[in-house]
Amino acid sequence: MNESLDPRVNRLDDLHKVAGEGEANTHWATYEVFHQDKRGKQVVHVGIVHAPGPEMALVFAKEQYARRKFTSNLWVVKSSEVYTYAHEDEDIFETVPEKTFREPGFYKVRDRIEAYKNKITG
Amino acid sequence: MNKEAIKELIYKMADDAMIIGHRNSEWTGIGPVLEEDIAFSSMSQDKIGHAWALYDVLHEQFGEKDADKNAFSRSEKEYKNCQFVEMPIGEYEFSLVRHYLFDKAEWLRYESLQHSSYLPLAQLAKKMRGEIKYHVMHAETWMNQLALHGNEESKSRIQSALNESYPMALAIFEEGADESALINDGVFIGEQALLALWKAEVSAFCARIGLSLPEKADASNYLGGRKGYHTEHLAPLLAEMCEVYLLDPSAEW
Repeated sequence: MNESLDPRVNRLDDLHKVAGEGEANTHWATYEVFHQDKRGKQVVHVGIVHAPGPEMALVFAKEQYARRKFTSNLWVVKSSEVYTYAHEDEDIFETVPEKTFREPGFYKVRDRIEAYKNKITG
Repeated sequence: MNKEAIKELIYKMADDAMIIGHRNSEWTGIGPVLEEDIAFSSMSQDKIGHAWALYDVLHEQFGEKDADKNAFSRSEKEYKNCQFVEMPIGEYEFSLVRHYLFDKAEWLRYESLQHSSYLPLAQLAKKMRGEIKYHVMHAETWMNQLALHGNEESKSRIQSALNESYPMALAIFEEGADESALINDGVFIGEQALLALWKAEVSAFCARIGLSLPEKADASNYLGGRKGYHTEHLAPLLAEMCEVYLLDPSAEW
């Protein structure tokens, strides 16, 4: 009998027995997890889980991503169901810098809003 | 109200939660998959939280020892948990099926206690509702996965774990000494009523996921826990559970 006070140490034999039986995990699909902290607020991507199906993915997601923060709901989406751009198309998001006319400041909207505010609050 | 009967009821609920909480914490580090390892550990902490809250009612309302002392410094005979919760964790399917059968019973017990005339219990029942609801949901998701969507091996392992644990689970509902007082005072619907509800829900769920309940199930081999009679498995559990506390019971944590 091991003299350790940590019960896990005394169960190391069980651990060795379990190790090496985990092959099946590799067949599980990846699910993207989205977290919502309040009803009506946006749902934010927080990470992934591996699971054999969507119901199990929700259970795992709760353990991984909802234990330590306020949670109103979770979404899981199979990663393979997410439609995305290809990596090599990343350059489409690059914009030419000489286009200040596209930026909101260009129109001096703020000045006009301020002027209007001053007018109505007198 | 019959204070003794209420005290007995709270003790057995607290000890059930404490012992299953400790048992299931044994999966920490050796769960079948990482997420399940975390889930069992996390739900164990919930259970120990429930036990603490119940011991605290015993302390505040009945003048019993404070929660830590009560949890860790009683003799085996003084624990009133059912024998089902003290059984070793076994293979994962046993722990899973026990988790399902036990938490289904907890869910129904706490649901009914929300309407208890004994307010401290009614308040606790409302507070714990979400956690226990999730425990059942977690168990059912796994049972469904392994029995209905698994393979032949997973299905047969769940079925044999069910055959083994169902009679033990029936002993959860061993009656207390003064059950009728609790029922008449509106404290608790009583173990028999609870058992009927539980059987109906368990058999419907099992049928839905293709499992069959053992035809002749008899609790008699597993009764006695509520009176302090335990299997040979409880003593080593208590020795491990209380080991650190007993090194220095006066230590501040």
